[in-house]
Amino acid sequence: MNWTWFHKFGSPPHIYRIAGSLAPWFGWPAGLLIIAALYAGLVLAPPDYQQGDGFRIIYVHAPSAWLSVMIYGVMATAAAIGLIWRMKVAHAAAASCAGIGAWFTVVSLITGMLWGKPMWGTYWVWDPRLTAQLVLLFLYLGYMGLRSGIDDLGRADRASAVLAIVGVINIPIIRYSVEWWNSIHQAPSVMKMDRPSMPMDMLAPLLMMLLGFTLYFAAVMLVRLRAEILRRERSASWVKEALQ
Amino acid sequence: MSAPENLPFGVRTGALAAAFKVLNRDLRLAVRRPGQLLQPLAFFAVVTLLFPLGYTPELEKLRAIAPGVLWVGALLASMLALESLFREDAADGTLEQFLICGQPLVGLIAAKTLSHWLLTGLPLTLMAPILGIALGVPVAAMPGILSSLALGSVTLSLIGAVGAGLTLGVRRGGVLLSLLTLPLAVPVLIFGARATELAIAGESLTGPLYLLASLAVLGATLAPLAAAAAVRIGVE
Amino acid sequence: MSEFFAMGGYAAFLWPAYAVTLLAVVVNVITARRAHAAAREEARRRLEMESAPEHER
Repeated sequence: MNWTWFHKFGSPPHIYRIAGSLAPWFGWPAGLLIIAALYAGLVLAPPDYQQGDGFRIIYVHAPSAWLSVMIYGVMATAAAIGLIWRMKVAHAAAASCAGIGAWFTVVSLITGMLWGKPMWGTYWVWDPRLTAQLVLLFLYLGYMGLRSGIDDLGRADRASAVLAIVGVINIPIIRYSVEWWNSIHQAPSVMKMDRPSMPMDMLAPLLMMLLGFTLYFAAVMLVRLRAEILRRERSASWVKEALQ
Repeated sequence: MSAPENLPFGVRTGALAAAFKVLNRDLRLAVRRPGQLLQPLAFFAVVTLLFPLGYTPELEKLRAIAPGVLWVGALLASMLALESLFREDAADGTLEQFLICGQPLVGLIAAKTLSHWLLTGLPLTLMAPILGIALGVPVAAMPGILSSLALGSVTLSLIGAVGAGLTLGVRRGGVLLSLLTLPLAVPVLIFGARATELAIAGESLTGPLYLLASLAVLGATLAPLAAAAAVRIGVE
Repeated sequence: MSEFFAMGGYAAFLWPAYAVTLLAVVVNVITARRAHAAAREEARRRLEMESAPEHER
């Protein structure tokens, strides 16, 4: 079995170049898609039967929540690859994800709170999804804290990789336990905008937003990845050429 | 080839025997400093004391929050003791010896985790019913509290060992250790507090107990691996 | 038009939510580009230092 392609994949100069050329191909379509989705969601979609125009917060809340969880998965996967195959590029990828993921976890919490206040009267409810997002935020902060607490970059990469893997295994357990906790105490489950039951003219902008945000994440992450690769390449010869 | 001075075993010792010797050594070292052993217990007591003072002396109301108070207190107290799990061994080179002594690191780390539980988790568990009385918990609830905390504290020690390994050598690692470990401990807290609540209400707590047991088993199989990996990364 | 901005009375919640999201989107783009620029600068400086003649280091 010829593994050259795999190891080429792990080659920093190769990835550096590819990331550079790919980023705009993700970025511009992301921008267009998001703008189109905004128009469809804010203008074209009809008001909701129960929540009126207030439901439109879903068009920013759902993509943020999706990003927050998806990015953690990407981060943990990259970290695992870096740990198992000892690929610096994979560790660089994991490092590129953390900040973006944390930001959008915060956004999902704030938009969730802003959705909750007009609907259920309080800024915060211990709804399973909001609570799980809060725990996720702490998982991100812990990851970032561990990275910044270790001076040696290689050690920081490897230690935070272990943490990311442990975290990703825990996330389903945490989500399950939080839902269980919520159902036991019979608190209202508030974030009820079930996708299957939404009519197409409300659902389509949501799907467009989800896709647009995913492409956006890819674009931003690739730019960060280039920075992280450079940080990990001490005096490799390719760097000189790449900087011209 | 003679055994390294710090370690009570050599290359020829079997893996299980080596682990037991590590456990033994930890227990004997700890017994020499009983003050250290009492600190988490004292902390647990103080934290529990703060709630009536900060809230109300009425036992009815305290009983309602007792599950949360007991579990959060035990969690925090357990976290306090975690910092020293690897600290001294890292400082005097014992951890490095662990890495090069030819014994599987997982076993040795598992032994250290067990010693943390025996020296901290188990005492905290045994103390909880007494503190429960201060919060208006009925005596009939004590077996339930004991069993749920016994299981939960095992998982806490296991998760904590991973955190302690990861924060080896991080300056002011104690706060970071808590930040890392507490989110991971959320499921234990949820199931454990619920078990305590049911115990206080006099109802059956088999459901949460099973959940706590499965967390403990999952932790016992996976956590030592992660903790060993973390220690290896932290010492190299 | 003002009906659109009023968003059926939910404006006070909806627009801040969109604003926060826009903020996150913009900030992440800016910081990513800045990080890359800083890394390039750092790498350039490192290379210069390493290729400088011995007595100039």
